Amino acid sequence: MAHDHSLNPETMPHHPEKATLEGKNKFLGLWFFLGGETVLFASLFGTYLALKNSTAGGPTSEELFGLELVFLMTMLLLTSSLTSVYAMYHMKNNDFKKMQLWLGITGLLGVAFLACEIYEFYHYIHEYGFTFRSSAFGSAFYTLVGFHGGHVLFGLSWLAAIMIRNAKRGLNLYNAPKFNTFSLYWHFIDVVWVFIFTVVYLMGKVA
Amino acid sequence: MTNHTKSNEFHKQQNKEEMKKQLITFATMIIFTIIAFIIVGSGLMSKMLAIPLLLILALIQVAFQFYYFMHMKDKGHDMVAIMIYGGVWAAILTVAALSLVIWW
Repeated sequence: MAHDHSLNPETMPHHPEKATLEGKNKFLGLWFFLGGETVLFASLFGTYLALKNSTAGGPTSEELFGLELVFLMTMLLLTSSLTSVYAMYHMKNNDFKKMQLWLGITGLLGVAFLACEIYEFYHYIHEYGFTFRSSAFGSAFYTLVGFHGGHVLFGLSWLAAIMIRNAKRGLNLYNAPKFNTFSLYWHFIDVVWVFIFTVVYLMGKVA
Repeated sequence: MTNHTKSNEFHKQQNKEEMKKQLITFATMIIFTIIAFIIVGSGLMSKMLAIPLLLILALIQVAFQFYYFMHMKDKGHDMVAIMIYGGVWAAILTVAALSLVIWW
């Protein structure tokens, strides 16, 4: 028992996610990764800005985008950011069950977001003939937005893995950093989405 | 034992106050999002005015996300700031370079 770091609520440290060296390293490592991700998405945004008017006679961003669906997707992802904050709040209070519950809600909101995105792409392809190959605008759009959707899918798989793997372990100093790194990654996905709905959808609609 | 429980109560109270700030952050972000969608949806604003305004709203939202939701406002985030601002710096150069390509 002395070696599995299981601690009761009275002795759990204030910041269980950063109480061990491994936890501190995971935390810094994830932020280092996010710095790199920022540059990766910047190159996709730059490419999109350079190619968004090259429609090759196909539909323009103004004709294509609908604000209602984008607004719904934004609300889903923004709310999932808050629910993961709730999950980390319960982690810091050493309440494993409530943390799992809020992580589950976060996952469901992420699935709903992804479903909307799949519907959106399906709609563009079948109603407008707007595909990855139909124009340079299409290539840049699907690469940027699809890469973000891929990050959401990866995040959901990651979440499912840590929730199931630790379901019977309860909260301890070994897995608290794992939940915390996931939550930081999930917030970053929302950061990228803020720029996507602003630069791609809203600016595409006024232009 | 009583000391432990007391400090535990103190931390719980601290976490609760922190959570209140997070809720205010969330409400602010929702309001900013709604404003951004109204600017575009109403079509009342000219393009020259709307685009910089949308970008400012996005930047404020992202700052809230980084500093509150991702805790960059808390102590011990110096190394974190170096890494993320390093990324942001390279990101600005990348977008600037790729935007310049289409000007000429």
